[in-house]
Amino acid sequence: MAVNRRDFLKLAGAGVGSLVLAAGHNQPASAEFSPDEARRHPAMLYDTTLCVGCRACQNACRNWNETTQELNADGLYDMPEDLSGDTWTIIKLYEDETAEDPDAIGNFSFIKRNCMHCLDPACVSACTVGAMQKSPEGPVIYDANRCFGCRYCMVACPYDVPRYQWGSTTPLVQKCTFCSGYVQPEGVVDGKNRLAQGMGPACVEACPTGALSWGPREEILEKAHTRVKAAPGKYYEDRVYGEHEAGGTLQLVLSHVPFAKLGLPTLGPQPLPSLTDPLNWAVPGIILGVGGLMSAIYVTRSHAEHKGEED
Amino acid sequence: MATTTTTMKSSKQTTLPVGSIILWIILLIGVAAAIVRYSQGLGSTNLADSRPWGLWIAFDVMAGVALAAGGFTLAAVVYIFRMKRFYPLIRPTLLTAYIGYLLAAGSILFDLGRPDRFYHPFFYWNHHSVMFEIAWSVILYLSILTIENSQLVLEKYQLKGMLRIVRKITIPVVIVGIIISTAHQSSLGGLFVLMPSQTHPLWYTPILPVLFYISAIAVGLAMVIVESTLSSSAFNHHVETRLLSEIGSWLPMMLGLYLLVNLGNLAFSGKLGLIFEGSLASFMYLAEIIIGVVLPLILLSMASIRNDRTLLFRSALLVVFGVILNRFNVLVWGQNGAFYAPNWVEFAVTAGLISLGILLYIFAVKNLPVFTDHAPEPEPLPEEAALPAAG
Repeated sequence: MAVNRRDFLKLAGAGVGSLVLAAGHNQPASAEFSPDEARRHPAMLYDTTLCVGCRACQNACRNWNETTQELNADGLYDMPEDLSGDTWTIIKLYEDETAEDPDAIGNFSFIKRNCMHCLDPACVSACTVGAMQKSPEGPVIYDANRCFGCRYCMVACPYDVPRYQWGSTTPLVQKCTFCSGYVQPEGVVDGKNRLAQGMGPACVEACPTGALSWGPREEILEKAHTRVKAAPGKYYEDRVYGEHEAGGTLQLVLSHVPFAKLGLPTLGPQPLPSLTDPLNWAVPGIILGVGGLMSAIYVTRSHAEHKGEED
Repeated sequence: MATTTTTMKSSKQTTLPVGSIILWIILLIGVAAAIVRYSQGLGSTNLADSRPWGLWIAFDVMAGVALAAGGFTLAAVVYIFRMKRFYPLIRPTLLTAYIGYLLAAGSILFDLGRPDRFYHPFFYWNHHSVMFEIAWSVILYLSILTIENSQLVLEKYQLKGMLRIVRKITIPVVIVGIIISTAHQSSLGGLFVLMPSQTHPLWYTPILPVLFYISAIAVGLAMVIVESTLSSSAFNHHVETRLLSEIGSWLPMMLGLYLLVNLGNLAFSGKLGLIFEGSLASFMYLAEIIIGVVLPLILLSMASIRNDRTLLFRSALLVVFGVILNRFNVLVWGQNGAFYAPNWVEFAVTAGLISLGILLYIFAVKNLPVFTDHAPEPEPLPEEAALPAAG
């Protein structure tokens, strides 16, 4: 028969070709992303140089959001070590044990971890069923009634924030919502939306040292830059973490030690959803390209077949 | 799978039950694990916040769907490229693809935190989500495979009217199947394009969808060789060596293309050095490329190996191993996170599903006209009437 390796390679080539086109197709971030709007969105600044590690924020979060205290094996309340389905914010301590004096200011730091509330979040783009949402007010919220538990949001989040209720038979993804309310199985929990009531998040209110500040992103960024300018060299790289990371976040961090030491990943300025959006835009191309090519090959080949029969 | 078949080979009639009994036992252990999983939730697995995806997604879904790619590839070869001499292989291949996709869909029901909401992607749409596209593709492709495999049942019960309709729409159905497969085989790689900071640079690339697609075609073809070899010895069904060795001759091209794109991409992005940095990741990458790509590429380039059924089978197994390892590398070991090894619940569910698949295959082969030389075509299409002469 005349069909040979060359024909076979064409089959592979067609699909690959349209995919390569799609991958190289660089487009701006998704339509929902508007940095301009984000200037007015509420933001939170955490300053490591002001934090004393009292964890009042952690308890205020637990109280307001009514998450369960995590008990240890003896049934006693134990300080959680990481974010979890029941711990939406946590104070961790970084200490350089190898340093001559680990307690010197430059050798240790507290870090408050919670959802970074990306301006263009990977989790929102990833979510199969649109349960992770960017609320019109700015924070990233979660519709518990949509979630079917694929956990792609957890895998996709570059900050490793969303956590799962592994012990439950009807588990939910849990994370900080900036106290902006969220949809739970019982329905919209309006009473839990502090922002709607004109308040800031519970953790900000609880902070006794001013390590946490709250306000429109534009103003909060200005505040952070003022601090940096006032003391050059005090803050790591003289910059605000979250201003540009993966397109920017509503949670901003000023740190006197390297961000990577605090578990904050090094990220480029590109919003992550802009990496995968081209893949879904490629689908019409695949339909037309592969469909057209397959039809053409079929027509050519079966034509040759009939011709062969007539001969 | 291999052990059952070798026991079957010695004496089909008497030892087949022994193989089946083993399969049933593994299936029952899987059912026990399933009861544990559904009564205790996902906490009964070794999955955790630091490792949200594990064996079920890496092997059952990612590797499973790739291994089932033989369905759309061989359908293209037979129906679109009109290489009708491969017709004797198409039915068993489409059947295994169908069972493979059913098992992948089944394992998703174990992995989803809320399996009772499996239908949510129909009602809640997020067109930005690669996973959303995959969810729809898998459902649509399962429908395509249902139509393609319906011939087996329609023929058995001589439902000629329906059969005529199904055969009339064969070509469009096959083409739609190829389109959908191209979309979701590549999108499975696309899932990780979203995670540049979490995926190891040896595997992270914006063209991961291309690599997933090429490797799916390669492993799909390799699985046709593996399945045909196993089922021909298990069911005493004769498959011509020259057909399988011809498929074997296509593999070096796909593997070569994969190697070229993979290494070229690493070189282009200046990451070639990572291969030799001596880390665990570089070792896993080398294992995947050398055992799963380079070795079978060399072996299958030699006609003497392609024409030896045992060596052909083993070479194809290398490709299968390589793709499974690749999916694990991308999804588990190439991702940031704590150490992970599956626990007994995860292993037992996976093994149970594989056993279920083999039992379904045996049942289908025994009861349906899967091997065409066993069942004459009741009403061959003009184009299929010439089949025996073809090739």
